[in-house]
Amino acid sequence: MGNLVTMDDLSNDDIIAVLDDAERLVPVARGEILLPLLQGKVLANMFFENSTRTRMSFETAMKRLGGSVLNFSSVGTSVSKGETLYDTMQMIDGYADVAAIRHPRQGAAQYSADAVRIPILNAGDGAGNHPTQTMLDLFTIRQAHESLDGLNVVLVGDLRYGRTAHSLSHALVRFGASLTLVSPTSLKMPVEIVSDLRSHGADVTETESLNEQITGADVIYMTRIQKERFPDEEEYTKVAGIYKIEATDLVGAKEGMIVMHPLPRVDEIAPSVDSTKFARYFQQAFNGVPTRMSLLCRSLGVKVPKKVK
Amino acid sequence: MTEMRRVTAIRNGTVIDHIPSGYAMQVIRILGIDTDRATPVSLVMNVPSDKIGRKDVLKIEDRELDQEDLDRLALIAPAASIAIIRNHAVAEKMKVELGDDLLNIARCSFSNCITKNNHEPLPQRMRVISRDPLEVRCYYCGCGQEIDELIENII
Ligand SMILES: Nc1ncnc2c1ncn2[C@@H]1O[C@H](COP(=O)(O)OP(=O)(O)O)[C@@H](O)[C@H]1O
Ligand SMILES: [Mg+2]
Ligand SMILES: [Zn+2]
Repeated sequence: MGNLVTMDDLSNDDIIAVLDDAERLVPVARGEILLPLLQGKVLANMFFENSTRTRMSFETAMKRLGGSVLNFSSVGTSVSKGETLYDTMQMIDGYADVAAIRHPRQGAAQYSADAVRIPILNAGDGAGNHPTQTMLDLFTIRQAHESLDGLNVVLVGDLRYGRTAHSLSHALVRFGASLTLVSPTSLKMPVEIVSDLRSHGADVTETESLNEQITGADVIYMTRIQKERFPDEEEYTKVAGIYKIEATDLVGAKEGMIVMHPLPRVDEIAPSVDSTKFARYFQQAFNGVPTRMSLLCRSLGVKVPKKVK
Repeated sequence: MTEMRRVTAIRNGTVIDHIPSGYAMQVIRILGIDTDRATPVSLVMNVPSDKIGRKDVLKIEDRELDQEDLDRLALIAPAASIAIIRNHAVAEKMKVELGDDLLNIARCSFSNCITKNNHEPLPQRMRVISRDPLEVRCYYCGCGQEIDELIENII
């Protein structure tokens, strides 16, 4: 109940409802309207791995709604003394009403959800899932294209370890997207994910080359090739920096096309793109706030009013 | 020619028929049959079968399989038929059945799975996605399991 571990925890109708709520919460996310829906509630930010954006936007989201936040970091705590995740989560079960968890091991969020009574929001587990990121991505896509239905989405970069790409592609095919997966062979989308996407009836194309994909795209979703996920340096240097977009590459792009990136970027998107009408990644980072506000309300069973004022 | 004539009849024990050809040794391993000990085990490998092409058959003396054995056996030999032999006669027949949710049957093979931390008090858990062809994923990390690897990882 109230958990968000993978996108399977949300039906298409749930997704739309969360996005609708998030849309109405935008002025609250900006601090223009005071709406203390979560007053007296406590969010535990359980980050067993570093994060800037996700952790901070959860914190802002909770505080903008009048709630408070416990920030946990695994450095210099009982975890470094060998405490199990199970025990750590038992403690938090007694201190907070909801927890966001980021953990280097895949499956940690499901495990935590099974271990405690409070709702768990998966804020990234290893190379597994990152559904709150997916929700803010969907929010950004819908904002630009008005609907999520039947878009051509090009996902680029590290599709093997990139959990963002995994969760997002699962969600998009449920809305009839056609996906083009652009990655070096060593970083291809895991076969079981591709097979899932296809079994949803999705049109999925895998390629190593980005150039030809630009003109047909409604969304180009760039990802960083994550050095920390590579077993060795040599494998990393082979593929680092292979996909780069400059403003000039976007000349033939569709009118409403958007370029997204979960950030931080390294050199996948040149600064020249920032000032084009296509750039949407900073907006996307802000969208994490209203989307996570909406998800926090859902987890805690709090209704977002139809009129926010 | 029947298996009856290929190997000696047993007085008490279990016959496991319709094991996929070549997997009898794995079955011996997962059933925890101590091959150094004196329990006689007869093994028939690669005999023709009407049901599954070629098959292996195992006859284990003085051991009756229980439900837990059958659940693990289901991963290797989903079509197996089991006969419990008492006093030279078939006393009971059983089929294996592969559940949707496999609790503490096999370990996940993915090196970065949360289940790799031995200190965590969690059950090993797999989800059966499809039976034919067999597709099994870790309940926690979602990773698909290579079937041969999964068989190696049976607890
Ligand atoms: N006393 C016994 N010793 C060894 N194997 C036996 C014995 N009785 C039956 N079996 C074997 O057990 C399996 C099931 O027996 P049965 O019910 O007679 O055959 P089926 O189900 O194939 O018609 C067969 O493989 C048979 O060869
Ligand atoms: Mg729970
Ligand atoms: Zn696993």
